[in-house]
Amino acid sequence: MSDFVGTGTLVRLALRRDRVLIPTWIAVFVVMAAGSAQATMDLYTDVASRVEAARTTNASPALVSLYGRIFDETSLGELSLFKLTAFGAALVGLLASILVVRHTRAEEESGRLELLSAGVLGRYAALTAALLVSTGTVVVLGLLTALALIGLGLPAAGSFAFGLIWITAGLSFAGVGALVAQLTEGARTANGFTAIVLGVSYVLRAIGDSSSDGKSEWVSWLSPIGWSQQIRAFAGDRYVVVLLPLAFLALLVTGALALIRRRDVGAGLVRPRPGPAVGAPSLRSPLALAWRLHRGSLYGWGFAFLLLGLLVGNIASNVDGFVTSDSAREMVQKLGGVQAITDAFLSTEMGMVGLLASAYGIQAALRLRSEETALRAEPLLATGVTRTRWLASHVLMALLGTGALIMIAGLGSGLSSGASLGNVGHQVPRMLAAAAVQLPAIWLVTALVVALFGLAPKLVTASWALYGLFLLIGQFGALFNLPQAVINLSPYGHTPRLPGGTFTLTPVLALTAIAAALLAAGLTTFRRRDIG
Amino acid sequence: MTSAIVVSGLHKSYGATHALDGLDLEVTTGEVHGFLGPNGAGKSTTIRVLLGLLRGDEGDVSLLGGDPWRDAAQLHRRLAYVPGDVNLWPNLTGGEVIDLLGRLRGGLDPKKRDDLLRRFDLDPTKKGRTYSKGNRQKVALVAALASDVELLILDEPTSGLDPLMEEVFRQCIEEERQRDRTVLLSSHILSEVEALCDRISIIRRGKVVETGTMSDLRHLTRTSIQAELSAAPNGLASLPGVHSLDVEGNRVHCEVDTAQLDAVMRELAASGIKSLVAQPPTLEELFLRHYEDDSVAAS
Repeated sequence: MSDFVGTGTLVRLALRRDRVLIPTWIAVFVVMAAGSAQATMDLYTDVASRVEAARTTNASPALVSLYGRIFDETSLGELSLFKLTAFGAALVGLLASILVVRHTRAEEESGRLELLSAGVLGRYAALTAALLVSTGTVVVLGLLTALALIGLGLPAAGSFAFGLIWITAGLSFAGVGALVAQLTEGARTANGFTAIVLGVSYVLRAIGDSSSDGKSEWVSWLSPIGWSQQIRAFAGDRYVVVLLPLAFLALLVTGALALIRRRDVGAGLVRPRPGPAVGAPSLRSPLALAWRLHRGSLYGWGFAFLLLGLLVGNIASNVDGFVTSDSAREMVQKLGGVQAITDAFLSTEMGMVGLLASAYGIQAALRLRSEETALRAEPLLATGVTRTRWLASHVLMALLGTGALIMIAGLGSGLSSGASLGNVGHQVPRMLAAAAVQLPAIWLVTALVVALFGLAPKLVTASWALYGLFLLIGQFGALFNLPQAVINLSPYGHTPRLPGGTFTLTPVLALTAIAAALLAAGLTTFRRRDIG
Repeated sequence: MTSAIVVSGLHKSYGATHALDGLDLEVTTGEVHGFLGPNGAGKSTTIRVLLGLLRGDEGDVSLLGGDPWRDAAQLHRRLAYVPGDVNLWPNLTGGEVIDLLGRLRGGLDPKKRDDLLRRFDLDPTKKGRTYSKGNRQKVALVAALASDVELLILDEPTSGLDPLMEEVFRQCIEEERQRDRTVLLSSHILSEVEALCDRISIIRRGKVVETGTMSDLRHLTRTSIQAELSAAPNGLASLPGVHSLDVEGNRVHCEVDTAQLDAVMRELAASGIKSLVAQPPTLEELFLRHYEDDSVAAS
């Protein structure tokens, strides 16, 4: 038991540090679920309208691959929450994993855990405490969500099953966090590994869910997010599936504990290798340094975006496979035929890819602040490097990086959809154009980070909150009947819908101009303020 | 003689905290200037203003004849800076950081770089995140000392270095002095400043309270004297500048204002000196005197 000494103290420390973060996250999730359920109930009052809405959803490969299938077309609960089932589960998983890494590897990397470890602290205390905090958070989050749904009048069994969907996703990824925290010396890299696992899980379930002939449905069962979905809240409430994520968590935690036993405090699994004793001749400018700092993560994201593009294009070419019933066929005709549906699918997916690329842009631009607070900007700015050049080096990485990512995804989707439809020469330029029109909105959000960095550097992480807000407006704005003025706040809503839609220059120019103005504001204010 | 750094009446506040409160500082070209003060006295804030990283609220600052806020980048090519807290990029090796910083300053001497690496016993192939605090400090020191610049600004550069490495550092600064480079050395280690610096400024609560050469400052302090005499002294107590006088038969112990030494020595000689120990004032005493004022003011 001495291996666990001090766990209680660490739990209290973690709760104290996260006293704002955790309640805020819980509130956001509960409100999101309750709001979505309420809005849907108001919208679909009779069974017939629900069935039609559910059928339309199930007939759309874009929606099914993005959110999952609606198992019971008559179920009000499922229709209310299908957008939050897999998607919400992924977000809860991300939260759970970040919490674990934040209280284990991040503390270890900063050296703070070493300070504590010199006191009476068991070898497993930090990980156990982090797991208790993380799993406790998702359990409370899931239960409160279930209670809120019951309060709105949804069936109790289904509401609890929905809560369990989120809880189990949280548990699975708390386990992932526990394991990746043991592998690398840096918390950033550990979170990167989690993101990869999360992305692969999401894609696996997308492949399984959107299998039109049912032959590859089993692929969903390879994904932790897929397991959570298979609880099928409001459509059978299969509680027994919960055992799968529980076993997964137990397995990963056992692995993590075994690794802790074998490694030193502060060390990862991979020993750092010595590097060059002299700087390469090219390492002579802030831009060269920025490239060194950003390139690792850019390669990883680039690879993921290539796979994502190929996958999206591949699903798009199977759209007609979704048209299995007469009613679906009728619906397809009403929506403009297979070509129109394929284009609608591709433009929706490109929009999602654009959102993901923005996350890269925000993260890359936030480097400015982390370099400043880690006191790594100071020695550079004490050389011949001007503030403008230093800022520009990271901003350029963020802007060109997002550009490269979105074009890679566009190329991938063009190649794979073109290959299966037999018109690569036609499809590739169309998809590259569809990718390129996403850029102004992505750049605007990235530029927002830069503006905050200059104007209010302490608030710069609020960029994530703004990004989340734009995302919610995009996902739920129409459902919640928000006023058009509010919906217009999200830059993503102004992006021309390509392929298939009409291209208008005005919004593209306007978004680019706003992005440029924000960048200029960030630069001028940064040049005038104190560093540190 | 020209001045590398001239600061007059500098104020800087962070919200309610008044970090600098009318600070004056002058560093002559070619000298090693000690910037001495306890933690939190405003040393690093002053240095950051000198580097144009912070903007002073009030007062005039001139660095190498320019305005450090307006001409930051041009001036920075002529100086090298070692921060008190050195953080390195986790994925870059020490050697890469040294070369990068040197090149951004306008080049470094490869022979000197290798020589410094050897003397500081630093492995340049290790990644930033694997260095200890002392070794990170060495990376910044090598990068600064190997650069061909006029002015070195060092903010507590030996914190984290072991005594052997402190000795190497002292030799390096000694060599810089021979080359007539200007050095601003901030420190709270008295012996280091005493050994290295031509002139010293003592900063306390955002203000420079003493400035001058060691001998200037010594004038302000007392020499401690212990003597064994042939006969009991008689006129000693009535002499001005004699403090804490303690006479036990023929043995005398007292503190003497440095300016009054001559008269006291005559008086002692008149009684016949058998043995004499005179200890020059240390910087520590000077420092403690200002410290004591501080704690008196605080209580």
